Amino acid sequence: MAVIETKNLTYTYPGGTKPSISDVSIKVEKGEFVLITGPSGCGKTTLCRCFNGLIPHFYQGELKGEITVAEMDATKHPTYEMAKHVGLVFQNPENQLFALSIEKDVAFGLENLGFPREEMRKRVDWALNLTGIYDLRERSPYEVSGGQQQRVAIAAVLAMQPEIIVLDEPTSFLDPLSAEKIFEVIHELNKKLGITVVLVEHRLDLTAKYANHIIIMDEGKVCFDGETREVLSTEEARLIGVGIPKATLLYQMLKRDGMTLSNVTPLSSDEITTLLLEALKPDDRS
Amino acid sequence: MSVFDGLKFRKVYSPIHNLDPRMKFIYVCAVFVAAIIFGELLPLIALFLMQIPFVLLAGVQREWLRSLRGAVFLAAIIFFTNFIFSFIGAGYVVLAANVEYAAAMTLRFVVLVESFSVFFLTTSPDHLGLALEQTRVPYEFSFAFTTAVRFVPVLAEEAQTIMDAQKARGLELEKGNFLKRIRNYVPVLIPLIVSAIRRSLELAEAMESRAWGATKKRTNLYALKLHRGDFALLAITIGVLVVSIYVRLYVHVPTLSQFL
Amino acid sequence: MIEVEEVNFTYPNGVEALKNVSLVIKNGEFIAIMGQNGAGKTTLVKHFNGLLKPSKGTIRVDGVETTKTSVAALARTVGFVFQNPDHQLFSETVEEEIAFALKNFGFEEEAIQKRVTWALNLLGLTQYRKTSPFMLSGGERKRVALASVLAWDPQILILDEPTIGQDYQQKEKLRQFIVQMQTQRKTVVIVTHDVEFVAECNPRVVLMKEGKIVADGEGKEILTNLEALAQSSIVLPQIAQIFKQLTPLGLPKNIIDIYEAKDMLLRTWRKGENERF
Repeated sequence: MAVIETKNLTYTYPGGTKPSISDVSIKVEKGEFVLITGPSGCGKTTLCRCFNGLIPHFYQGELKGEITVAEMDATKHPTYEMAKHVGLVFQNPENQLFALSIEKDVAFGLENLGFPREEMRKRVDWALNLTGIYDLRERSPYEVSGGQQQRVAIAAVLAMQPEIIVLDEPTSFLDPLSAEKIFEVIHELNKKLGITVVLVEHRLDLTAKYANHIIIMDEGKVCFDGETREVLSTEEARLIGVGIPKATLLYQMLKRDGMTLSNVTPLSSDEITTLLLEALKPDDRS
Repeated sequence: MSVFDGLKFRKVYSPIHNLDPRMKFIYVCAVFVAAIIFGELLPLIALFLMQIPFVLLAGVQREWLRSLRGAVFLAAIIFFTNFIFSFIGAGYVVLAANVEYAAAMTLRFVVLVESFSVFFLTTSPDHLGLALEQTRVPYEFSFAFTTAVRFVPVLAEEAQTIMDAQKARGLELEKGNFLKRIRNYVPVLIPLIVSAIRRSLELAEAMESRAWGATKKRTNLYALKLHRGDFALLAITIGVLVVSIYVRLYVHVPTLSQFL
Repeated sequence: MIEVEEVNFTYPNGVEALKNVSLVIKNGEFIAIMGQNGAGKTTLVKHFNGLLKPSKGTIRVDGVETTKTSVAALARTVGFVFQNPDHQLFSETVEEEIAFALKNFGFEEEAIQKRVTWALNLLGLTQYRKTSPFMLSGGERKRVALASVLAWDPQILILDEPTIGQDYQQKEKLRQFIVQMQTQRKTVVIVTHDVEFVAECNPRVVLMKEGKIVADGEGKEILTNLEALAQSSIVLPQIAQIFKQLTPLGLPKNIIDIYEAKDMLLRTWRKGENERF
């Protein structure tokens, strides 16, 4: 069952001369972990904003085509309704947190929705625990690190218990170690709770291994859309200029130069190591 | 940026900090009214001394004294203005009664300023924001208040970074006459303003994405409850008001100068 | 040349950001300063152009002690490109933005015009000469900020987290740009936590942790030194992660470059194939 579906989606920002996205038709199934990537300016951020109605309601502009999210026509429902089903986490951790204490921030969405206090308390504690920041709940957002701030943002979205979580380059401002931790949290949410994850990222090295579906965009259009391993092993994907994981590149280079390796394209250093150990270990056969 | 240090929420727990901000505010208003009722030095001294236990209990002596120091300049102006005019009015003679009156006016000013200072020093922004949310102030305003306070340290740091970035391009903020110095701040102000606008846009997006505006009846994770201490403060407040009004109406307030 | 001698620095709020740091950066070197947030990397480089002055110890740039001169004077030699270009941009046109520092340093009008044209050219911004910097995209604004620092041709270039938010192609262009700066014998200092980027450039690497330098050496060696990396909370580059697990096969572990990796693996595999027959 498709939880996000778009047909020929085209959008131009107000005052824009050409569309930021054109003819985007994609389908995301329930429970998938989708990676959306592409060079800067390819339209991935614009696409994210369509998923929860920020486009067209907040941004105005011209939106053409169809978009259905969580069985709702995103153009016909206000963002505060969409927010119950689609959570959006943005790039800059600092600019998503407004309250003076972290748990109040996590409760923000629930307060807006008018939840009763006991229910809010339960959900806030649940979200804080899932993201591993329960101990930080009484601190101020300014006092914690960028990685922790992003976890607060994720918890804040999680508390509303949406079916889909969209994350727009959530680790841009974070160091690789914190980024890895964030991706692990997201992966857990996808695996354990079955939440559909849409992740916009450049760092394919760290994320490709989690995704079962990848969409590569360039200049507003979808260029590749399919299973991660299949798409990333094509030559064309590399030519677009996305950061193909080094493990995948190395694998392709070795195969091209004649090395016999299994046909399963690796997406992470662990996966290629397994293949290499197979290929390079001396035979045990007598 | 030491100016903003005071707003970096150090969680201080003292009995005064824990009092309900609404009760504290009502108390301060009562002191305000009492200070206006009396124009005589003795009661004003009493009102001034009444602040001190609160300051000591809250442990904010240093900050309180610092704010007193800040008020000295204006206080001095008030004293001298009052003194000069009464001096001239008395025919260029120094009368004890007039000095006392000038002192009283000065002290009234100090009491008004200092009682509010005590209020802000003993109330954390979180508490204040919460109090605003729980009174009938529209949510938009208390949200604007708490968000602004939350971003003060962020903006302060950003201002410093911007100044560093422009200094690294040869901008010398200290050089030049008064006009040149003002113009030198343009390369600091513009990025600051542009950044603030961008930040507000991002904040608005995040707010919308977390169901801002879903219902008119917003609920709250926290609730301010009144405790024993708050009722005690309320009793003191009522006491101050009642005593002040009674004394004003029925008791002759002595002046210091009559003992000279 | 930058000489850092036993420098200690404590912020006004009491945080000891640098503890007895000593370092020498020679002319023309390319050095990456890495470490976790709060390790002191940005604090250290802010001493190079005098934005911060040491609480103890001395810093000399080309023989001049930073405490004996102004930031503006040091800035002539040390160009500092901050992480967020929006913290610098304020002019009505890109041209004015680039000319800003030149005017501050007292260049003649003719020289300013020439240098602006040169800087625009160098970074592919000529078509935006009269455009407002606020109308440009994120990547373009980063280039304008860079151009505005290059315009006065400083000998030493400091880039603070230049790869944040950049996509793969932009990082490639940045890498090529740094190579170009090196051919012009400029000293390039980058502060970063982007291991993959540093692995591709293979500069001298200095690792910092809690205000101290914990490692200093060739990129290849430092980025494969598990102990040093673990101490400073840096992850292994992807290629090194692979080779770390291949050591039982007798392969060296100080490989960070993908081409070197390919050659090494092919050689090992071919040898194995030959031995089998």
